[in-house]
Amino acid sequence: MTTRAGREYILSLVAIVLGLVAGAVLMLLSGNNPLLGYLYLFRGGLMNIERLGNTLATATPLIFTGLSVAFAFRTGLFNIGAAGQMLIGGLCATAVGLTFPWSRPVLLAAMLTAALAGGGLWAALPGWLKARFNVHEVVSTIMMNWIAFWTVFYMVPRYFKGPFLETESQKLPDTASLKTQWLSALFNGSYINLGIVLAIVFVALTAFILDQTTFGYELKAVGFNRHAAGVAGINVNRNLILSMTIAGALAGLGGATFYAGYASNMQIGVLPSQGFDGIAVSLLGANSPLGVLGAAIFFGLLHTGKGFMNAMTRIPPEIADTIIATIIYFAATSIMVERVLDRLKRRRAGQLPVAAGRDTIAAPKKGGAR
Amino acid sequence: MEYVIEMLNIRKEFPGVVACDDITLQLRKGEILALLGENGAGKSTLMSILFGLYQPDSGVIRLKGKEVRISNPNVANALGIGMVHQHFKLVHNFTITENIILGSETTRGLVVDTRSAARRIRELSARYGLNVDPDARVADVSVGMQQRVEILKMLYRDAEILIFDEPTAVLTPQEVQELMKILRGLIYEGKSVILITHKLKEIKAVADRCTVIRRGRLIATVDVETTSGEKLAEMMVGRKVTFQVDKKAKKPGEAILELDNLSVRGPGGVAGLKNFTLEVRCGEIVGIAGVDGNGQKELVEAVIGLRKADSGRILLKGNDVKDLPVRGRIARGMAFIPDDRHKYGLILDYSLEYNLILKDYYRTPFSRKGLLDHKAIRRHAVRVIEEFDVRAGQGAAATVRSLSGGNQQKTIVGREIDANPDLLIAVQPTRGLDVGAIEYIHRRLLEQRDNGKAVLLISLELDEILKISDRIAVINNGELVGVVRAAETDENEVGLMMTGIKRGAVS
Repeated sequence: MTTRAGREYILSLVAIVLGLVAGAVLMLLSGNNPLLGYLYLFRGGLMNIERLGNTLATATPLIFTGLSVAFAFRTGLFNIGAAGQMLIGGLCATAVGLTFPWSRPVLLAAMLTAALAGGGLWAALPGWLKARFNVHEVVSTIMMNWIAFWTVFYMVPRYFKGPFLETESQKLPDTASLKTQWLSALFNGSYINLGIVLAIVFVALTAFILDQTTFGYELKAVGFNRHAAGVAGINVNRNLILSMTIAGALAGLGGATFYAGYASNMQIGVLPSQGFDGIAVSLLGANSPLGVLGAAIFFGLLHTGKGFMNAMTRIPPEIADTIIATIIYFAATSIMVERVLDRLKRRRAGQLPVAAGRDTIAAPKKGGAR
Repeated sequence: MEYVIEMLNIRKEFPGVVACDDITLQLRKGEILALLGENGAGKSTLMSILFGLYQPDSGVIRLKGKEVRISNPNVANALGIGMVHQHFKLVHNFTITENIILGSETTRGLVVDTRSAARRIRELSARYGLNVDPDARVADVSVGMQQRVEILKMLYRDAEILIFDEPTAVLTPQEVQELMKILRGLIYEGKSVILITHKLKEIKAVADRCTVIRRGRLIATVDVETTSGEKLAEMMVGRKVTFQVDKKAKKPGEAILELDNLSVRGPGGVAGLKNFTLEVRCGEIVGIAGVDGNGQKELVEAVIGLRKADSGRILLKGNDVKDLPVRGRIARGMAFIPDDRHKYGLILDYSLEYNLILKDYYRTPFSRKGLLDHKAIRRHAVRVIEEFDVRAGQGAAATVRSLSGGNQQKTIVGREIDANPDLLIAVQPTRGLDVGAIEYIHRRLLEQRDNGKAVLLISLELDEILKISDRIAVINNGELVGVVRAAETDENEVGLMMTGIKRGAVS
């Protein structure tokens, strides 16, 4: 199984390289120097501690939504609803943060719990529909996205209206924000917040659940083959619902880190793009928690760096989005890449007997190295 | 000698495997050529190439001496090559005529001309002795008749070369006899036939010559008349094969499984199993014989707990388990070897060691307080692998997908028998396995019986049932036709009972 995961990481790296190459071609076509472009793109995300902080801050909700999609995927479910679950998580956190005058640790804990529960319940419904009526989760989670969208659209102006604008909620008080003095100071006043710590904790937690517990064993068994899992006595329906609930809880937490950490209020009429980017993060991260962490930080880097690249060169920031899109494309078509790799391997193997005519000792070595 | 079709030096590679490696197959006009090989030997790939479903990587196909390129099944049809697939491709709520003309309808104006088509089908049916009623609905006719409809489909399209892919798998012994007659009739009328099979008896009965392939390579093409069945088997498997099992007489003890008037609904709400009563005692193997789709699936699923029984009782060691979930029944001593091992028996993407704890992962020593104990899991796997001789490249950590079919089946058999069950339910436990693995699994089943356990064997292979069962229960249309002792019956009698003809039950 380790070799399989290793193989998937290689495919992800190939996808990234191909995406970057495609970006370079686009930069060339638009009359720019790609080396310079990439230099500024990466410097924009990494060149000082503040920008590094911003990269991590941008990555934080992506880690959560990526984990959410990956977790559901391990149980054979495709969670397209991370955006809606984020919204509900954010709404629950905001509602708690704006309502209760508690001390900071208590309030933050309550907000995160509310986000976790809100997102979880939001996704439990599609899970239940799947288990009970075999409603496809892709359809139901997409519909739940829009229900979340309009719920926020109604709730925010009605109960949490800001002082100036109808379209956004009040600003959360400092006691209700995941932004922390010491962390912001450490990163020279970047957007970074406690969400990143939480995200890393949850990466570890998810990896632990999936690999070390009987619960993870069940979830993955159901995901790989629910028929065999059922015959072996595993309660498939219960696992489907639980898996969706946990996926939703993860996305809900992502919502809390976004709306009560990266931002400090909620706007209506926006489905957060991180929900859908989570699918890409999960895909690129080979549906494994550690892979998700890496992929999310990489995407965070591109998002953070593109502004700087735009400021320093004439390359439009859309190039960075195009690179992301291309990487997703190559990750999604990794089967194709895999086939090409196989063919190359075979062609080289096929040539060995001919090439090895002179140098028979070198040939097996070559084969062994692969 | 004139060949109607020649496949010369065919090679076909799929990612990671060579399915056909330099295979040559030549079919004479007016002969039945058997294509013999184990599952996975490359028979289906070779025939799919002939039928235009795959393109060969190298090699040529010649039709009556002329080289042809068969790029898709339509080209094959146009060249007079027809195929009867193992799983029939029929529209069930169409009439036989409509099915046969589907895809090559003759029209009169805007209207499909079924009448002249029906006339032609009647003629063909009479000429080849197929006895088909063109106006009957496919849903209403027997499986044997459906197969004849498939044959007519090819004759209607003027096929000269007919490929039969494992045609007897779904037939009763009597229907097999009928089919053999039909095959001879086809030859008499000048057609040429390729018969794909792994059943030696059928080859001996009808084929003129036999091409044997093993692991994608051509072993030989021999005359059937001058080659013994043992020799053919040896060529197919690659070593000597024994056909006999050592079955000691054994007196069965108390009942382990009692089915009492069990009724189960099948798909679509129709009765799948009707008032079925049977008992399996310790120290005996009870075989369920029947043509596929006569209630076996409903019976098995109701007993293991995947499907709800409508009425009746399922007693396991005297306790009614009808309302228990699957896990509850496993915990009370039930084990299950499914027919579709990929779908129901294994998690292919899990490692061997994970698959071996699929039913026990939540118990000590494999887990404690919800945490898996990987050391204990590995120890268990190493022991079972050793004991059941499962061969895997990377041992316990190997992904089960990478194992051969025989070793995958041994993984299941190992897991189920190692659990020391009182009742072992085995459905088609040797399906698609090579002769060596079949011997092994039969021996293990008999061992269970000799150790005083109960075994319920459900199989479509009548030979298998007759060989290792103590008693045989015959099922037809969801009903128990009768129970006979294996020692006192033969293929003919059981075959007749499979068609629903009753005989006095014994014991």
